[in-house]
Amino acid sequence: MHKLWLIIQREYLTRVQKRSFILTTLLSPVAFVFFIVAVGFIMSAGREKLRLLVVDDNRFYLHKNLADAEYIDFELDTVSALETLKSSYREKGFDGVLYLPKFQAGTDFFLRQATIDYQCLSDKSLGQASLDDLETRLAEYLRDVKISLSGYDKSIVDKFSTRVSVREQNLRKADSASSIEGMLLGGVMGTLIYLVIFIYGSMVMRSVMEEKNNRIMEVMVSSVRPFQLMMGKIIGVGAVGLTQFLIWAILLPVLYFLALLLVGGQLMEAQQNMPTTGPEVDPATVEAMVSDVSEALGRINYPLRIVQFILFFLGGYVLYASLFAALGAAMGDDQNDSQALTLPVTLPVLLSFYIGISVLSNPNSSMALWASLFPLFSPIVMTARLGFDPPWWQLVLSVVLLYASCVFFVWFSGRIYRVGVLMYGKKVTFKELWKWLWYRD
Amino acid sequence: MDIIEIQNVLKTYGSQVAVNRLCLKIPKGKIFGLLGPNGAGKTSLIRMITAITRPDEGRILFDGQPLNSAHPERIGYMPEERGLYKKMKVGEMLLYLAQLKGMKKEAAQKSLDEWFAKFDITGWKDKKVEELSKGQQQKVQFISTVLHGPDLLILDEPFSGLDPVNSNLLKEEILQLHRQGVTILFSTHRMEQVEEMCDEIVLINKGTNILDGPVKNIKQRFKENIFEVEYEGELPSGFFDRCLDVRASEGRAVFRLSEGQTSNGVVRALLDSGVRLVGFREILPSMNDIFIRLVAEDSHA
Repeated sequence: MHKLWLIIQREYLTRVQKRSFILTTLLSPVAFVFFIVAVGFIMSAGREKLRLLVVDDNRFYLHKNLADAEYIDFELDTVSALETLKSSYREKGFDGVLYLPKFQAGTDFFLRQATIDYQCLSDKSLGQASLDDLETRLAEYLRDVKISLSGYDKSIVDKFSTRVSVREQNLRKADSASSIEGMLLGGVMGTLIYLVIFIYGSMVMRSVMEEKNNRIMEVMVSSVRPFQLMMGKIIGVGAVGLTQFLIWAILLPVLYFLALLLVGGQLMEAQQNMPTTGPEVDPATVEAMVSDVSEALGRINYPLRIVQFILFFLGGYVLYASLFAALGAAMGDDQNDSQALTLPVTLPVLLSFYIGISVLSNPNSSMALWASLFPLFSPIVMTARLGFDPPWWQLVLSVVLLYASCVFFVWFSGRIYRVGVLMYGKKVTFKELWKWLWYRD
Repeated sequence: MDIIEIQNVLKTYGSQVAVNRLCLKIPKGKIFGLLGPNGAGKTSLIRMITAITRPDEGRILFDGQPLNSAHPERIGYMPEERGLYKKMKVGEMLLYLAQLKGMKKEAAQKSLDEWFAKFDITGWKDKKVEELSKGQQQKVQFISTVLHGPDLLILDEPFSGLDPVNSNLLKEEILQLHRQGVTILFSTHRMEQVEEMCDEIVLINKGTNILDGPVKNIKQRFKENIFEVEYEGELPSGFFDRCLDVRASEGRAVFRLSEGQTSNGVVRALLDSGVRLVGFREILPSMNDIFIRLVAEDSHA
């Protein structure tokens, strides 16, 4: 036990004291926040305003002004002929000419018209985003013109529109678990476990390979059991992961608020613009979404979720880290030769990630149930379901199965590890691995 | 008293027999040579003695007790392929390795300071292992093997890759430990080192013990009655007619006694012949010759 503790200490301390660890731990939240801010700025400042001359042969502007859109300024030209404008719009400082030709068939025909094609004339390409904006803006414009031509009052017509949102109410639970809460929580936690398994699992693997290729292994196993060595590494690296998460959990919110203070207004604006693709998502909807999200975040039962998360986090990490340790031990000096070996380990992780994504929108499907019980998938899939309040019996069964498999896989990996670390220069096949399982010590 | 007694040990890996019912005793306080061609089972044997692996059958006694998990703390093992934690500081790493051998931190620190002083390398303590040269790393490796004061030191090709100066330094240290009563099991292919340093040897081939005992006795056992004589003057022609394999040159001759002859008889005849006798000695076979001969015979058998 004392030796295991020594090994854990070394594995932990050598990693935590490394300059690269300190740098990544401190800088990735900074980089992350910087990224978000940068994305915000790019989204808000990335597009230039388009200036268009409008030639309206119908003279709709007598009824209604064509108001500027967010990224497009319109200017009516009622004097010049279209042909002269085609060659002179640039000198006047415009990017193009929007031409609304006259309806020969008359106003009644126009009012019945459901689809209209227009042309925007320019030397350069205006880009799809601008065309989309232009279409939306023109549709609004024509709608208003039609209302006015038909003799209605726009303010009255607008009263017929109603904004609707549907919220789920779970009858089984008093504190309702809404879909949005489940998506948020499940998405974040599932992704975290996925990242943990890959980042720290492969850290375990690389470090085992290093010790093996370094030949320190033979010295080590003449002092301690290979199993102790493997467990020490798994626990030590796991502790490194927990430390990193803890630091991030503290740093990220702090930095986020710091960034908010620094670039406050712009960032908020940028964020509101992010989910919009056109003006059809109006600010009110965005506000409603934001309030929904923050409400959902407020409804989460944090202590319970954190306990559940840690249970699956630990189980999933230990299960996969032990497999990665066995892989590292089995691999020779030539990594390329052994790529095939890693597939059976990485495949279930990838699969469960995709199952997790589908489970987020279908948390009660039968696939969701089976995948969240199957130990190779459950760490990611069950955590993705956590936000949707899966029944207790499923949670308990899933945890029991996961931890039972952990014991099995640790044993299994230990068997491969003890043989693998002392094998050199041989290309390892699955048949060979099977034989290793049954070697006596 | 034997520090290691190997009783009828069998070790297989799958269908491959690495060590085949081997018996061996390693007496306390000796420098013991473990010889054998590549693939003879030396490493498999060492791994069982260091309790890295267990025999399939048979048993190993350490200091009279069946080998248990506490015994590796009394063994220091330097594998042929050297390895250290390259990114660690020398001092930290050595303390770690010594603690894994069951030493208390304070005791390990004390022993470490002594060894550093001895090799005059106190300045290396805070250097990273990877910053040291290869020869320097070898020194650190040796210290890591002996830091915890083992009773049995197992050295696998300890001199490979060392320059003559460091080689000599290491030899002195080994002999020093030997004088302090440490048993040294020494695996090597360099037969001149065996002759120079080993008290006893075992020769292993195909996993079995084909020869063991004190180096002196073995040489006596394998002597072929070959003698060398140096003289001044002229020998009567036909003097060596009764000897075999005669290689004679000016004033010097090497020959093998034929059946029924004695060395005393030859010397007497020499004295009677009137030449001045300068030297006469028996040429014992080198360990190298014995090794090659036995392994070749065993492989053909």
